[in-house]
Amino acid sequence: MKRLSGMFWALLFLAVPVLGVATFAVAPSINVWLPKDVSAHGHEIDSLFYFILALTGVVFVATEVALFWFMWKYDAAARQGEKATYIHGSHTLEVVWTIIPAATLLFLAIYQMNAWANVKMRRPDMPPTVEVVGRQFEWRLRYPGGDGLLGTPDDLHLVNDLHLPVDEQVLVQLKSMDVLHSFFLPNLRIKQDAVPGMKIPVWFQGTETGSWDIVCAELCGWGHYKMKGRITFVTRPEFDAWLKRKTAEQNATQPVAEASAEIVAN
Amino acid sequence: MSTVTVPVKTEPGHAPATKAGSLSTFLSTYVFSKDHKVIGLQFLFSTLLWFLVGGLLALAVRWQVAWPWSDVPVVGKLFAQEGGQMAPEFYTMLFTMHATVMIFLVIIPILAGAFGNFLIPLMIGADDMAFPTLNMLSYWFMWPAFIAFGASFFVEGGAASSGWTSYPPLSTNVASSPGSGWGQTLWLIGLTFVGVSSMLGSVNYMTTIILMRAPGMTMFRLPMTIWAMFITAVLQAFALPVLTAAGFMQLADRMFATGFFSPEGNIVNNSVAGPGGGQPLLWQHLFWFYSHPAVYIMILPAMGMVSDILTCFARKPLFGYRPMVYSIAGIAGLGFIVWGHHMFMSGMNPALGITFMVSTMMIALPSAVKTFNWLGTVWGGKIQFTTAMLFALSFVSMFIIGGLSGIFMAATPVDIFIHDTYFIVAHFHYVLFAGTAMGVWAAIYFWYPKMFGRTMNEFWGKVHFFLTFLFLNGTFFTMHILGAVGFPRRLADAYHYETFHHLQPLNAFMTYCAMGMVATQIIFAINFFWSMFFGPVADRNPWNANGLEWTAPSPPGHGNFDYQPVVYRGPYEYSVPGADKDHLMQTDPPNAAAAAAAASH
Repeated sequence: MKRLSGMFWALLFLAVPVLGVATFAVAPSINVWLPKDVSAHGHEIDSLFYFILALTGVVFVATEVALFWFMWKYDAAARQGEKATYIHGSHTLEVVWTIIPAATLLFLAIYQMNAWANVKMRRPDMPPTVEVVGRQFEWRLRYPGGDGLLGTPDDLHLVNDLHLPVDEQVLVQLKSMDVLHSFFLPNLRIKQDAVPGMKIPVWFQGTETGSWDIVCAELCGWGHYKMKGRITFVTRPEFDAWLKRKTAEQNATQPVAEASAEIVAN
Repeated sequence: MSTVTVPVKTEPGHAPATKAGSLSTFLSTYVFSKDHKVIGLQFLFSTLLWFLVGGLLALAVRWQVAWPWSDVPVVGKLFAQEGGQMAPEFYTMLFTMHATVMIFLVIIPILAGAFGNFLIPLMIGADDMAFPTLNMLSYWFMWPAFIAFGASFFVEGGAASSGWTSYPPLSTNVASSPGSGWGQTLWLIGLTFVGVSSMLGSVNYMTTIILMRAPGMTMFRLPMTIWAMFITAVLQAFALPVLTAAGFMQLADRMFATGFFSPEGNIVNNSVAGPGGGQPLLWQHLFWFYSHPAVYIMILPAMGMVSDILTCFARKPLFGYRPMVYSIAGIAGLGFIVWGHHMFMSGMNPALGITFMVSTMMIALPSAVKTFNWLGTVWGGKIQFTTAMLFALSFVSMFIIGGLSGIFMAATPVDIFIHDTYFIVAHFHYVLFAGTAMGVWAAIYFWYPKMFGRTMNEFWGKVHFFLTFLFLNGTFFTMHILGAVGFPRRLADAYHYETFHHLQPLNAFMTYCAMGMVATQIIFAINFFWSMFFGPVADRNPWNANGLEWTAPSPPGHGNFDYQPVVYRGPYEYSVPGADKDHLMQTDPPNAAAAAAAASH
């Protein structure tokens, strides 16, 4: 009876790696997995994710199965008349299980630096394609007008509806008007907090035409959940035509000089 | 080298001399007691009560995530403005206060306050703490915090709602959020008092452990629990002043418009806010400079206690005692230079991010060493599957998950995607709930006989363990794959996003599991209180363990020991070859051990 209960508990702990691996194995097939990547740099992040998943997966299964096996084998009910091993440790083992993880972690640290630098440090030398300003609870967008400069009277102002040309490097100038926000593009593997008082450059390249979510990922108040935008990639000619049309709409509703401040959304 | 003889007090000066039933005696014995055991139990009862509050807040959070805007059953009418639905500002308040309560009123005080207080003098062989009055104050300074946090639910605008991290300008600007009024001010006041309480405790723990160890109790004969408590106290003493200062700066920003954290030209709700001249990132640096070490404050004592429980029920010495001590110290040291990993996406210099990434990768190392040594401890043992042991084993199993998932977010490029998603929520719940809380349950079942002189019911303890284990994995493991979709934290309703609209059924499953998990705790509560009066009476050493606390009566009287314990060996001498019993207590005189050793070689 005691032996049976020991077996039961050991098997319960075996369920952890079994169901854990099963969860991750099933997740992609039920569409609970990384969303479609439509960015030029995203595969670097995704492959690093898979690499770490494989690495931690092996360690996870190995340690959890070891724990199960020790519980199964060294149950007191299975060791009647025996004594536990009297051992205080092993210098060799300590060295081995310090050096191997240390080398692995150090490798991982160095291995990923390039991907990080590509997304966050190697800023392309170009003027901002668009300025995105977080405001409770919307994304205010400003495109430079014909002069190519932000902050001039011919700027185009929009809210939440971000259009960008596909297959081109774009540079977003990210700001916040009031509190912290975070500019999260799940399908482009982009996330960057918008901080009041800072102008933060964000760059990426869309690889597919279509429309995806812009999510606010930093708590910004009661309406945080509804701070939703859409990012749409179109071809360069379509983008130019869209800009022209939107500028014409803006000029029709408001004289150019006053267009800079008040745009009422939706 | 470090044995210190403490004069044995026959009549402790701070004790009530008689058991006369006068009110003042009652107050000084049970209310304003200076006895470390009573203070420890006061912390235990208070924190368990707040654990219930925090758990119910979590359920309300889960309700909204699973079924947004649907009528909340039973309690809906109490707080909802329209019908029984939850308002979004109410939801932000719920998760803010869930985290606040769990971190500042449960985990930190239950580890250091309850178990640190109860166990330190008993395990090192002292009759009490070094500063009993300070100790009493460390408990009573929690009360202003209890009142401030508790009252904040009822002020206009409700309790704080800018997250437990309280990032400005949301938290400093009254116009930015309904909860940024009195609720936020009370939150900061409460936080300050929690800090004062922790500080008083940590000074006391350090002094007591350094100066009041029993004769023969050298530093390297200390049980892991005491090592963990000691290093936790050091962490608190060095990190807390920064948080306290930052808290006062935020309070000044709110009350005197000092603008430490608000930049020039900030416009909130169409009005210019604050004088400017500050930086929101400054708060994040100061906050995480404390709150990252605090993450270790929230796990190290549990690691220590689990180490002691594993050895006792594996009937085996701790594998690698010194590496275990060094890795705790390593975690504590590295813990001070990794805070920036909470800020990879914050706008902090990305090159600085690389520095923090490397230090963060390295802090995984001591945790790995600890895990391997726990496995080494269980290997070759003679395992007794008591409730305490099951909880301790599950701590190891769950900590592996929480530790490994941390590597994903330490990798800065991956963090770009998973930062502020449910992957993070999964990670810290595996460390703090599946880790620390399970460790705390192990400790409660293990030291309960010492606390109350009776043993908890083993059968119902195992039922409690089994159901908690199932439901916690159902709730938290699924969060990993939810995070892999990018499902963001802190959204009152994420299903209107195309990316996340199909995730409601999974969230409903998690909420059912969370309900089961909370309901399971009824079993624990009944067992806990029932056993206090009707449980089987325990003798001094019901588990045949080695520590000094097991030589004292159960429960120990005032002054703890009926004689001055003298220590002859380390705390993990289980299954010594040749010994006539399977464990040698720290106080067992050496002739028995010497004879045993001679016989075996």
